[in-house]
This record gives sequence, structure tokens and C-alpha cells, in this order.
Amino acid sequence: MIRLNGWSAIVILAAIGIFLAYGGARALGEVGFWTLVTGSEWYPTIAAPRFGFVPLLIGSAAVTITAIFLSMPVSLAAAVFISEFANKRFKEVAKSIIEFMAAVPSVVYGLIGIAVVVPWVKEAFNLDSGLNAMSGAIVLAFMIAPTIVSISEDALHAVPNDLRQGSLALGNTRWQTTYKVVLPSASSGVLAAVMLGMGRAIGETMAVLMLTGNAARIPGSLFESVRTITGTIAAEMGNVVQGGLHQSVLFTLGLVLFAITFLINLVADLVLEKQRRRWRR
Amino acid sequence: MNRIKRARTVQTVAVAITGAAAAFIIAAALFLFVYIVVRGAPAISWEFLTDVPRKQMKEGGILPAIVGTLALTLGTAAFALPIGVAAGIYLSEYAPRGRSTRLIRLAISNMAGVPSIVYGLFGLALFVILLDLGKSILAGALTLACLTLPVIITATEEALRQIPSDLRQASLALGATRWRTIYRIVLPAAAPGIVTGSILGLSRAAGETAPILFTAAVYYKRQMPDSVFADVMVLPYHIFILATQVTGRPDDIIWGTALVLVGGVTAISVAAATWRSIQRRKVRW
Amino acid sequence: MVTAQSHAGKGSFDLHDVSVTYGSETAIAGVSMHIEPNAVTALIGPSGCGKSTLLRCLNRMNDELGNAKVAGRILLDGVDVYDKEYDPVELRTKVGQVFQKPNPFPMTIYDNVAYGPRTQGIRKRSDLDALVERSLTRAALWGEVKKDLKKHAFELSGGQQQRVCIARALATEPEVLLMDEPASSLDPISTQQIEDTIAELKEYVTIVIVTHNMQQAARISDKTAFMLRESMEEPAFLVEVGETRTMFTNPGDKRTEAYITGRFG
Ligand SMILES: Nc1ncnc2c1ncn2[C@@H]1O[C@H](COP(=O)(O)OP(=O)(O)O)[C@@H](O)[C@H]1O
Ligand SMILES: [Mg+2]
Repeated sequence: MIRLNGWSAIVILAAIGIFLAYGGARALGEVGFWTLVTGSEWYPTIAAPRFGFVPLLIGSAAVTITAIFLSMPVSLAAAVFISEFANKRFKEVAKSIIEFMAAVPSVVYGLIGIAVVVPWVKEAFNLDSGLNAMSGAIVLAFMIAPTIVSISEDALHAVPNDLRQGSLALGNTRWQTTYKVVLPSASSGVLAAVMLGMGRAIGETMAVLMLTGNAARIPGSLFESVRTITGTIAAEMGNVVQGGLHQSVLFTLGLVLFAITFLINLVADLVLEKQRRRWRR
Repeated sequence: MNRIKRARTVQTVAVAITGAAAAFIIAAALFLFVYIVVRGAPAISWEFLTDVPRKQMKEGGILPAIVGTLALTLGTAAFALPIGVAAGIYLSEYAPRGRSTRLIRLAISNMAGVPSIVYGLFGLALFVILLDLGKSILAGALTLACLTLPVIITATEEALRQIPSDLRQASLALGATRWRTIYRIVLPAAAPGIVTGSILGLSRAAGETAPILFTAAVYYKRQMPDSVFADVMVLPYHIFILATQVTGRPDDIIWGTALVLVGGVTAISVAAATWRSIQRRKVRW
Repeated sequence: MVTAQSHAGKGSFDLHDVSVTYGSETAIAGVSMHIEPNAVTALIGPSGCGKSTLLRCLNRMNDELGNAKVAGRILLDGVDVYDKEYDPVELRTKVGQVFQKPNPFPMTIYDNVAYGPRTQGIRKRSDLDALVERSLTRAALWGEVKKDLKKHAFELSGGQQQRVCIARALATEPEVLLMDEPASSLDPISTQQIEDTIAELKEYVTIVIVTHNMQQAARISDKTAFMLRESMEEPAFLVEVGETRTMFTNPGDKRTEAYITGRFG
């Protein structure tokens, strides 16, 4: 009985895959998986609808990659500081503040993005509208910072102190110790942190929906409006005919998203597990 | 000598740069907090908290959304707590060390990374359509329960692991069964950790929008929900609608709603964490 | 009313060729001995020689480790406790254990002591009260705590906590009490109190105590068993067992003498 509950995670994970595939069955049959993922036009509601995921995939990729680029350097530096240089008190305070940042609902990030980031991007880059990939990416960068900081901080923290002391005893400074010994030792954990941040970013829905303008076109630059995978599902699923082709296509899109994040998380978890084992003597 | 001096300088610069990065992130978090409070505070009033929305939601209060969010969160707890705690107990106390347990752990941490919109689609397909629950508190709570499950399992397992094996052995040596040992000794001792971890997970669920878009949330509804099969207004969805779909954005109400949501979630989380640390201080293993 | 059971004459162990294997490592092998009822038997030997391992055989706590395999025969009053039909949970109500570190449950003193009886289904308040009082008295703690039985056990001193643990083990009215270095984490005064308690307890129960402290063994035990592991490649074994007085004044084995006079271990 209790064992059954133990298996709940596997059951639910499998059920997610199955039900998304089930929901997408019609689209996979009528349009075909290949046509969907290579189609470059997304016009779901015209008389002869076109269901091509490419603009959406590019939209998600543009926002995600930009967000990672913005967030990674700052987040990793912050993690290094918190783990290696900060005193205990600062560490505790910083961690709980960062926890708060992770607990803020994504609509609220979207809201602040609309109020603060969108006007700023419009001004700073002299655009007609601030609702574009860049605004989404900037807000996302903040949203994924807690993930990257806390997981990479854990990885750095897990490096045994003997290693640090060994290096310090050889006459290295704290910083030399950090980048010669600690960071390389924790590199796989740090990598996993970035991957998990990326998984978060790809899957993030509401803030992106509120900020990127949602034009389903292949963008020419980061300052154009884009529509992501998640944004598309969120915006369109509410207006589809139940059991219709459009609905089925959206389920397929969800399946693609699920597959992407599943793989990213799986690899990241395996990397983390391997690292954890390494320090367990 | 020179080399050492240079190393020291580099170190100073490195500490300054990484420190600035940490300060930047912390400042961003504080800005977030202060900004929400400053913009939201003017809207907060007794009327705002206890009235229904009026004039196309541009005036009045947000009571239905508060009630809806509470109902959904309680429903989520009702499903996620028993299963999650049981799974945590299984993993910590019963699971053999081996492949299958490793697989379960992998599944749990993978589940935690599944995008919330995917949970929404899953809930739509399974609860709303297949089980025919329609857009309802029940369907939304079940969906959010799936999303919250990994948090509760992990919190439970960690809390149970903190309990020294001494205590388990003492109980077993007194002729108590494994199960009695767990529910009389181990679970009570681990309760603060389990409860706090679960509350943190549930308060995240309360702020989610994407999973309930198609499973529970409605745009506008004056009546309070009268059964678990009713759809509801929900705070995060209300914010989304007001910010993107209502012409002439009613800023006061939007930020007031955001403050109620963030303030509520934060207050409950902080209270739970404080309670746990008090309990921890009381009982030192 | 629960009557004060006297187990006089009960609680004797007979071990025949007992060995314990952890995974692939055999920790002890070939242990055969008799443990007399209503007497104190001390297990001594250098650390790592399997004293705790042997002790855990007697209440089948080795079963709970998951990786231990016990072979040989262990009879409690003539009954094989490793028989397939024999329920370890029942065994443990007859054979109690006190651990090295005081490990009271995070609850009141009263609830700690009443835990075992409650486990056995005793619910009546007056019965529980009587058992708690008797057990605490036997553990020589009643006088100190009778005023605040509702106090959280964690608020007591280490020595008092250990005596709560002794009372807790006594409350199920066991025939045998196993003690694994029960005083090793305590100060000298508390140690003294525990030793005094043990001396009084053998009236009610058979006691098997592990100790690394030779003087302690000499002071409190009637019988002494000396165990030794000569190398990590070989399992530990029982060198000899006998009257404590004889063991300490005139040991039969050179190795016992060497150990007792402090030449190794
Ligand atoms: N749970 C266990 N798993 C594996 N090996 C163990 C375990 N407990 C004890 N051992 C091994 O058995 C041997 C005897 O240990 P123990 O009975 O604790 O000795 P003592 O109590 O005399 O110090 C040691 O080599 C120890 O490493
Ligand atoms: Mg021992």
C-alpha cells in the first residue's frame, strides 16, 4: 500500500507522457509529427490552418538562450561569493532572500515586467514596442537566478573542506583555491544548475506570455515579438473546439515541451547524482 | 613577493566582482518585494478584501479570487499531503537500496522540473475531459496536487532522515513493530519538517496560473463556489486577466491583488519556516 | 492491576556456535556460551571485536540492520529465538535493550516509560501509572522525577536520560536486559549511579552488559566473557567465559590476562 505511494512519481510521470500523446493522437495522425515540427508557419485558426512549430520553437529558444546568457554569469558569480567568501550570517540572509525570489508567482514577474522592464527596453533600444523577446528574456533571467544560484551553491558547498585547506596550505589565496580547486571539483554540479535553470526557462509560461508580444513569426532579432511554446499553449488552449484538430496539435506541442524538459532534467539529475556519489567517499 | 602581491590584488578584485553579483541579485529580490508593497498597499482596504469585483472588474474587491485560491490550495493539500507523505515514508523507511528506488528518486526530481503548463495540459486531458470533472475546483486541485507532490515527498523524506536511527532502534527494541515505530516516534518527531516543507510547496501551488488555466480558473464570477465541481476565480489568474485583457488597466486593483497574493504566500512561508526553526531549537538531536 | 512479575529463574540464554556475517565480512564466529539467569554477565574485549554484534543477536536487533546474517542456535529458556515461527517483536518484549547513548523519545518522561506497555496494549491509566512508578523506582530515578513526570525527557541530564531509558526498557517487564556500554557517554557520578542501579536490578532481570571498562566489569558482573579479534581477516571469537572473580584474578587464557592487565586493546 505504502509502496504504491512510493511509486506515485513514476506513475504520474508516465501518465503525463501518455495523456499528452493521447491528446495529440489526432494531430499526429492527421498532420504528422514531422510536418508539425518542421513546419515554418503557425496559422492555427484560418480556414486551411497551418500548424508549424518552428516559429514557436525558435521563439522559445531565443528567449531561453538569451535568459541563460544574461543570468548565468551573475548567478554563478553570486553562488561563488555566497559559498566561498560570505560569512555565515550573510549566507543565511542571502539564501532566504533568494528563496523568496523563487517563491514569487510567475504572473507577478510578468506584471513587474510590464510595469518596469517593457518600458525600459522600449526606451533603451528605441523601439516601437517593448513587448519582445528581450523583455521576456530579461525577466526570465531574474526568474531562473534562484535555481542557478542555489543549485550551484550547493555543488560548491559540497566540495570537501580538505581540498580547500590543501590548496590554501600550498600558498594559494582563497580566490586561487576557488578557481583552481573548488570550481573544477564542482563543475558538473554547476553545469547541472545551469541546465536546470534552462529547463525552468523553457517551461516558464505566464511571464513570457505577458511580455513577449506573442507574434507567431520567425523573429529577425531579439527585439521582435516572439511567441513561445508555452505561450502558445496558454493563449490558445482556452479557445479551441474540444476534440478538434487545433486542440490535438496543442497537446502535441505540450508533448514536445515535455520531452525537451524531461531530457534536460534527466541529464541534469544524473550529473548531480554522480557528483553526490563522488563526495560520499 | 610580487607574485603574492598580484595574487592578493586579483583576489580582492574577484571578491568585489562576485560580491557585486550577489548584491545585485539580492537587491533585485528586495526591489521586487518593495515594489509590490509600495504599489499594492494603496489598494488594500477592508472593502477590497471582502467585496466582489464591480464595473468590469475595474472597481470593487477580490473576495471571490481569495476564496477560490484558498479552496484550490486546501484541495491540493487534501490530495497531495497523504500521497506525498506516504511516499516520503516509503522512501525513507521502507524502500530497499537498489535500482527501483533510484528510479523513483529520479522520477521525483524530474517531476519537479516538469513545466507547470504541462501539468495544466495533463490535468485538462485526464481530470477535465476523461474523468469529466469539467473546469472545477476538484480538477484544479488534482492538477496542482501532481505539481506539488515532489516537493512534499522530498520534504517528508528529508525530515525523516534527520531523525536519528537511535530512536527507531529504541522503539523496535521495546517490541514495537516497524509501523508503530514510524507513526508513534518517527513521524511526530519529523512533523515540523514535514509540515513546513509541505506548506512551502503548497504556497507555491497557490501562486501558479498555468496549471489552472484550463482546469479551474474563470475570468469572472461573483458567486462563491458552492461545491467542488464549481469553477472559481483565482488570484494569480485575476492578475493575469486584469493586466492583459482588461482595457484601461486598473492598476490599483492589479497591484493590490499582487500584494495580497505575494504577501499571503510569503507570510505563510515565513511563519512556517520560523515555526520549524523554533521546533528545531527545542529538540536537539 | 498488573502484578509485579518475578522472572526468577527465567531469562537464561544458551548460544551454540553463533556467527554473524555483515555482507561478506564475518564479524564473529563460533560463539558458544551459557548466560545465567538473574546474574550480570559482562562482555569485554577490544573495540571492534563484536561485542555489540553478539549483544544484538540476543534480541534480534541484527535483523533490523538489513545486512546482517546470523547463524547458529540461540535459545532463550530452551526456545530457539531464531526459529522461523518466532516473532522478533515478541522476543523484544522479553529481552530489553539500553543503548550506548541515551536515546529517550522526544516526549515526556511518563510517555517514554509508558511507551512499551502501551505498545503491548495496556491502556488503563492506573496500570500504566503503577508500571511507570515501579520502573522508575527500579531505575533509581523515581525520587528525582516523581514531581515532574510530565517534563520533556530532553530536559533531563545525560545520566537521568539514561536512567529513563533503563526504566523504559524495564517497563515491559523483560526477563533479560541488554546494555551496550550504557555509561560510556556519562560522567563519573552518573556512571556510579547506573552501576548501583544495575546491582539492584539483577534481582528482577538477567543482565548482559557490554563494557570496555575493565574495572566496571570487575565491579558489577558475576560472569565475564572475553572476546577477541586477532586480525581483520578473521572473525572475532569468544576466548573464555567464567566467574568474574576468577577471570580477573586467575585467568585461564594468556590473552585474557594480557588484555586485563592492559597490554593491548
Ligand atoms: N551494521 C554493520 N554493518 C557492517 N559491519 C558492521 C556493522 N556493525 C558492526 N560491523 C562490523 O562488525 C565488527 C564488530 O563490530 P561491533 O560489534 O560494533 O564491535 P564492538 O561493539 O566490540 O566494538 C566490526 O568490524 C564492525 O565494522
Ligand atoms: Mg560496540
